Amino acid sequence: MIKIHELHAGYDLVNVLRDVNIEVGEGEIVAVLGSNGVGKTTLNNTLSGLIKPTSGEIYFENVLISSRDPVEIVDMGLIHVPEGRKLFPNLSVKENLELGSYRRGKPNRAKNLERVLEIFPKLRDRISQTAGTLSGGEQQMVAIGRGLMSEPRILLLDEPSLGLSPLLVEQMFNLIKQINEGGLSVILVEQNVIQSLSIADRAYVISEGTVSLSGRADELRENSDLKKSYLGL
Amino acid sequence: MFSVTLSLLPAGIINGLMFGAIYALVALGLTLIYGVLHIINFAHGAMLMLALYSAYFLFKILNIDPYISILIVTPASYVFGYTIYRWGIGRLSGGRDQNILLITLGLSIILENSALFFFTGDQQTISLPYSYESFDLGFLYLSYPKLISFVASLVICVLLWMLMTLTDLGKAIRAVAKERDGARLVGIDVEHVFAVTFGIGVACLGAAGCMLLPIFYVDPYTGNMFVIIAFTIVVLGGMGSIVGALLGGFIIGVTESVGGLLLGESLGQIGISLIFILILIFKPTGIFGSKV
Ligand SMILES: Nc1ncnc2c1ncn2[C@@H]1O[C@H](COP(=O)(O)OP(=O)(O)O)[C@@H](O)[C@H]1O
Ligand SMILES: [Mg+2]
Repeated sequence: MIKIHELHAGYDLVNVLRDVNIEVGEGEIVAVLGSNGVGKTTLNNTLSGLIKPTSGEIYFENVLISSRDPVEIVDMGLIHVPEGRKLFPNLSVKENLELGSYRRGKPNRAKNLERVLEIFPKLRDRISQTAGTLSGGEQQMVAIGRGLMSEPRILLLDEPSLGLSPLLVEQMFNLIKQINEGGLSVILVEQNVIQSLSIADRAYVISEGTVSLSGRADELRENSDLKKSYLGL
Repeated sequence: MFSVTLSLLPAGIINGLMFGAIYALVALGLTLIYGVLHIINFAHGAMLMLALYSAYFLFKILNIDPYISILIVTPASYVFGYTIYRWGIGRLSGGRDQNILLITLGLSIILENSALFFFTGDQQTISLPYSYESFDLGFLYLSYPKLISFVASLVICVLLWMLMTLTDLGKAIRAVAKERDGARLVGIDVEHVFAVTFGIGVACLGAAGCMLLPIFYVDPYTGNMFVIIAFTIVVLGGMGSIVGALLGGFIIGVTESVGGLLLGESLGQIGISLIFILILIFKPTGIFGSKV
């Protein structure tokens, strides 16, 4: 579904990603793991078109998307739920969700809104509150809900557990699993290695801007290198 | 003498409201552009002047009534604003706010001097057959031009408010005001929305220009007088607030008119400066804060 081939990307003066190769299949949860600053968000921003790669290609269902802009990529159904949520703080929860279907899924807006509120019942009470006044957990719900409103074909989640209490983190991961079981492919970018591996099908570990380890999630869970570097075991 | 002034007070207030509605339109354009693009459009006055001249020549050459011209000049101003932002200001500035400021400043100089060159510095006025006909309110006569301006300004404010709250485009405009990357990620074409916003801001001037022409004059510098007042209104109402611009427009209009009544034409403006200073001291965010 997604194929990232020899991708190099970065910012004006810094090269962040080098020679990244990642594939995601239909219906999979693929975790992309790595500690702070290794380039996970840079990878996400490149996937959704916010930054252009310096070289290499990204294919989405065999269409080259690495030269396209965010609007076209959203149109195709690759939806990025960014780190830090990037909600519209001055708009109500409802308006934030509605704008999720600004380009995609507009005909089914009412139906999808209802579905999102079933997934996140808590948002129902907050529906006319401005998003800027929500708690971190609620904001994350709105961010994922906004992503779901556009009827994604693949959802790109950048650190959805960041800033949530342990209990909420647990719920969030269960929910991601549940959404995936409905057939949606997910790229889950996380620092939270244990919980990510427990719901993912496969995973890639990034260090220093490139993939250092990859494989099936259940195998990686037993991997001694990973245990050493991330779990301190 | 004082009782004479008092008996004129209702008329002064109504007059102020009428003028205030046009001020509000000018301020609305300024506040919208500021609230969404976070830039001050220094060419605002020059663009208002252009709208006034457009209405003037439509009247002189094609004999089109300025109030009918609203329907022509407003959309034309929108297209002008959209184009000049999308392919001029937006491109040339590379998205940097300080560059945008300089470009709008440059634009105002070009527009004013072109006007001076082509239209000369003479003040132009028009007179409409119904300019002096009025509507009897019992305690005062209200001239038709003022009445039309008042109603039209209110209609435009309501339409704009509906656009901003009820349509996806309006929500997108408010969204990009605060969160550009988030907007891109839901598929909003941010550059397009910026240009639309700029276009709407200039369209407000288009309408205001048509309404000002019958009750004022036009020369290459007319626009600036109104923009100074509009700045006060924007500060008073709160940067970026539509309701604030409307209310601020009325307050300033009435202050000026009643001030003129009590203190004389030239001293009447003192009230405006006084309000400006008081707001800056006591509530620098304005009545309605910084909501778009
Ligand atoms: N806008 C930017 N400009 C320049 N460098 C950046 C920018 N954003 C991130 N970086 C740098 O790129 C590297 C990777 O950052 P990021 O992709 O955010 O990592 P992660 O998401 O894995 O924590 C870091 O060294 C960071 O300092
Ligand atoms: Mg990150």
